[in-house]
Amino acid sequence: MESLEIEVLKLLEENGRMSVEEMAEVLALPTERVEEIIRKLEENGVILKYKAIVDWEKVHEDFVYALINVKVSLTRERGYDDIAKRIAKFPEVHAVRLVSGEYDFQVVIKGKSLKDVAFFVAEKISTIPEVRDTFTHFVLRTYKEEGVNLFSDEEDRRLAFVP
Amino acid sequence: MKKTGGLRLSRRVAKRVEEIRPSGIRKFFDLVIGREDVISLGVGEPDFPVPWRIREEMIYSLEKGYTSYTSNLGLPELREGIAEYYTRFGVKALPEQVLITSGVSEGVDLAIRTLIEPGDVALIPEPCYVSYKPLVEICGGEAVTIPTVPDFKLTYERLMEYADGKAKILVLNYPANPTGVSYSKKELEEIADAVNELDLIVLSDEIYAELTYTGRHVSIASLNGMEDRVVIFNGFSKAFAMTGMRVGYVIAPPDIFAGMLKIHQYCMLCAPITGQIGAIEALRSLDEVDRMRAEYMRRRNFVAKKLGEILELKRPDGTFYAFPKISSTGMSSEEFAEGLLMKKNVAVVPGNAFGECGEGYVRLAFAVKFDKLKEAIERIKEFVEEYGEG
Repeated sequence: MESLEIEVLKLLEENGRMSVEEMAEVLALPTERVEEIIRKLEENGVILKYKAIVDWEKVHEDFVYALINVKVSLTRERGYDDIAKRIAKFPEVHAVRLVSGEYDFQVVIKGKSLKDVAFFVAEKISTIPEVRDTFTHFVLRTYKEEGVNLFSDEEDRRLAFVP
Repeated sequence: MKKTGGLRLSRRVAKRVEEIRPSGIRKFFDLVIGREDVISLGVGEPDFPVPWRIREEMIYSLEKGYTSYTSNLGLPELREGIAEYYTRFGVKALPEQVLITSGVSEGVDLAIRTLIEPGDVALIPEPCYVSYKPLVEICGGEAVTIPTVPDFKLTYERLMEYADGKAKILVLNYPANPTGVSYSKKELEEIADAVNELDLIVLSDEIYAELTYTGRHVSIASLNGMEDRVVIFNGFSKAFAMTGMRVGYVIAPPDIFAGMLKIHQYCMLCAPITGQIGAIEALRSLDEVDRMRAEYMRRRNFVAKKLGEILELKRPDGTFYAFPKISSTGMSSEEFAEGLLMKKNVAVVPGNAFGECGEGYVRLAFAVKFDKLKEAIERIKEFVEEYGEG
């Protein structure tokens, strides 16, 4: 698939209501060209519906998803929230949920290959001091996904003028 | 308690420091205080925070107690990483030629102090970043500015106008703050010809190298015959959004390197270790750069289109700055910037802050989220329509 079409998909995945005119502006393309690209994507079933949920498989951009069950040990200084945020801030992490039962967290990881994901878990998740155990399950097919951090603890603290 | 030892205030500060003009931005800080709903396009730093995987490494290093000085030169792993990384811009440097500094700011200061003796001339194309000229003048050097309006490009011809044998260094910054202008390999080769003929040393500030949208950044040091003439400055502030970490670096020929190291070990000792550790991780996180560059590029396209409909604007090749001409409104740079802030709550930097020939322009940084950028451009449009001439 050509890169212009990928660019349009990225914009729609971020904001399904972005106007064609605006897309044309940020991509430095004529409006007609953007309209044509979107129409083709709709016809081919690449764009499934206008929450802009993109079927990346259809454009041969495969990703590997994995569910990681994570066991942690809590301390006075570090509660569930602290550990969850620490894990969640990695861009590779798609979702983090505190769950009942045998494990503490369910973490969804998105990567390019099985190896990618396995190394990521080994290097970045397992090495967090509070993490006791991880159990990795690769996803064969994804039926629903979210992909947005549900907390925000950072704000713009920049000065108004910087030369 | 004795007060001032009888010295008048004006005599306490060294003359060469007294003579430095205060920054043109200062008064705008006061104007912006207390105003609500201001969208600032005056910020010359990324709106992204440090990528989390880099922050995570720094946090971890603190937990493990990495809080000491490093070697004056910087962490060996970082110096090796930078030498390898810079091959992407065509430069084959040895790790021994890489000095880690507290940002490009320190690097430029070191180089100028190493090279400039009282009376030496530094050529500085303008409009340009605010620090080069004062740093030359503090050393007693003469900063000769080369006006480059209206295309903001240094050329062979423009440089050869200074063939009087007096100039020792040329300060080159590309992609350029505040104009967004960059150079192709061919254009750089022409500049290099003049550099050779004039026997200059080039201080090449390449801090925006990764944020190049038109073609690929080429370091002037990679050109034939230039390796011994160029001091490269770069760092992690812009491309990796690590401004507050204060990590930059210099790649310099051995003699200049040795001089800079002497000053560095006395004035700075070393760059902060936490930032250096973050920088090592940054070099393993180049996909974060790709992600941010893609976002800046969309904004660049948007600004070039929408602002270009209102004002005369050269499409930026790189950086996150646009430098539109505002003289058609009948206002000076400062009048425009002040009016826009007071009437429409949008902050921009007047072009004359970047040199006299920047008069008639303003710099706006598209280092804000897209929604805010859209709103700001809309407000600029209203301002020009309501208050501009014609």
